[in-house]
Amino acid sequence: MTYAIQAEGLVKRFKETEALAGVDLAARTGSVLGLLGPNGAGKTTAVRIFATLLPPDGGRASVAGHDVVGEAAAVRALIGLTGQYAAVDENLTGTENLLLIGRLLGMSRRDARARARELLDRFRLADSAGRAAKTFSGGMRRRLDLAASLVGRPSILFLDEPTTGLDPRSRGELWDMLRALVADGTTALLTTQYLNEADVLADDIVVVDRGRVIARGTPDELKSEVGGQVLEVRPLAPGDITAAHGLVTEAAGPGTRIEGEVITAPVNDPELMPAVVRGLDRAGIRVGELALRRSSLDEVFLALTGHRAEPEDSGGAAEDDGGRDASEPEEAVSSP
Amino acid sequence: MTGVTVAVPLTASGRVRPLAWVGQTLTMAWRSLVAVRHNPLELVDYSVTPIMFVFLFTYVLGGQMAGSTDAYLMYALPGIIVQNTLFMTVYTAMALNTDLTKGVFDRLRSLPIARSAPLIGRITADLAKHVWAMLLMIGIGLLTGFRITGGFGGFLLGAVLLVVFAAAASWSAVLIGMLAGDAEKVQAFSFTVIFPITFTSSAFVVDTMPGWLQAWSDVNPVTHLSDAYRGLLVGGPVAEPALWSLLWAVGTAAVFGPLAMRAYRSKA
Repeated sequence: MTYAIQAEGLVKRFKETEALAGVDLAARTGSVLGLLGPNGAGKTTAVRIFATLLPPDGGRASVAGHDVVGEAAAVRALIGLTGQYAAVDENLTGTENLLLIGRLLGMSRRDARARARELLDRFRLADSAGRAAKTFSGGMRRRLDLAASLVGRPSILFLDEPTTGLDPRSRGELWDMLRALVADGTTALLTTQYLNEADVLADDIVVVDRGRVIARGTPDELKSEVGGQVLEVRPLAPGDITAAHGLVTEAAGPGTRIEGEVITAPVNDPELMPAVVRGLDRAGIRVGELALRRSSLDEVFLALTGHRAEPEDSGGAAEDDGGRDASEPEEAVSSP
Repeated sequence: MTGVTVAVPLTASGRVRPLAWVGQTLTMAWRSLVAVRHNPLELVDYSVTPIMFVFLFTYVLGGQMAGSTDAYLMYALPGIIVQNTLFMTVYTAMALNTDLTKGVFDRLRSLPIARSAPLIGRITADLAKHVWAMLLMIGIGLLTGFRITGGFGGFLLGAVLLVVFAAAASWSAVLIGMLAGDAEKVQAFSFTVIFPITFTSSAFVVDTMPGWLQAWSDVNPVTHLSDAYRGLLVGGPVAEPALWSLLWAVGTAAVFGPLAMRAYRSKA
């Protein structure tokens, strides 16, 4: 089996902190590897090492078989990098930003212009191509940044939290674009704090925390390992909560909890949801909200590490919404 | 697909070919210059500020200092241009710092290009801006009574001397740009250093300084450069101050060049 991206025992220290404490990971050619973890887990450090921006203190990392330290130039010729902070020149227009990269890569003026136009069309930036990037919205900047990383047609792409800080609509748009890219055969390493993002985009997921790999597998394997889905029930009348809790516990077993006005239960059996609905209906308890959702990143972390994913300093990404949106209802059922 | 191919400009050993290096550096210089179009405020920095300097020193202060504004302009314009040249190196530092903190250098470093191209490209573009500001200030000077009595040769040699000194001073700017936390710190720190150095030189006036300050002024590099540039434009001794200016330039480049490159290589 060939690995486009591979790391063995990767170690990186910053003064006293160990950003990476022996990380092994590998992405098959043509697949998407999701590197999932909270702020400060070491995701960005790993990407920077693969992108030849940072030398590792220990272990080995290679891209398409080229060592990132010894053969950095060969690695750079193959990769594209989209950082967490959109690294476009704000004073240049969309077109000029892409022209800059094309010309640096040795394209003729004409080819660089054609490539820029092609990418601007593809990322729906053609209408704003002549405006300075500082006038772009956050979503447009990310798209431009992604376009800039694709100018040289890289076969291996590093995406460092490409959707952090974006509104849900822009995030969805970016997902569609990434999926289209991957369908073309690009290998990608995607870092994210969002379980559902890794779920949607990645073939394999490596979960990191404090510089260590704490779990790995396909999204499905991972989800079943950590408990899969969660059922949420909110009775319409708060007074019914005890009765409803009793019913849900009967169907779901231990692990059922009351959080405020909501009862949550881990779902291990697909029959649970209909059973709960029937039980509530029979008891005449009216339900304001009934939802089945995936375990949030918080719950995954709780299950994997025994501690909550605590936001740590990873250099300014403090304003994002953590794993919260991973707990948005996936299948909401209206009250029976 | 349009069939565009990327000719990666590398030799087998991974080094950038000399011709490709020139192309990359010029592309980076293009990027710095074209940005001015979308950021007119930058043009203000490079154009309006120099013009204001000329007017300030000529009409506000000049009459008091030399009896007539014309006489003072003949003395001070070369010094004003030298001062402005040093001030403008701060923009080099700020621009590099912005590239560093905004992640632009990360993107550039992940490309198969020469490590030095972004840096040399920026300095090249900024030297062009230095020439622009110098021409602008001389033009304003000529309109308000300044005369180049040193002839075209003096004007040309003066321009060369100025650019050489600016290039050397740029290395200290690179170092500051790499080490400072943000662009505001770059500006605050740089002006704190440059203001006293320029105002304690012979650029504007020496006579009224106390003895200890005159002693400093005599060895101040800005004094040498101002005297040499003045000599080339309007006559006066040139050889000695020009020699000292070049020695200062060489010394500055020798000290700050390696430090700046080291900081650049570790950060950008």
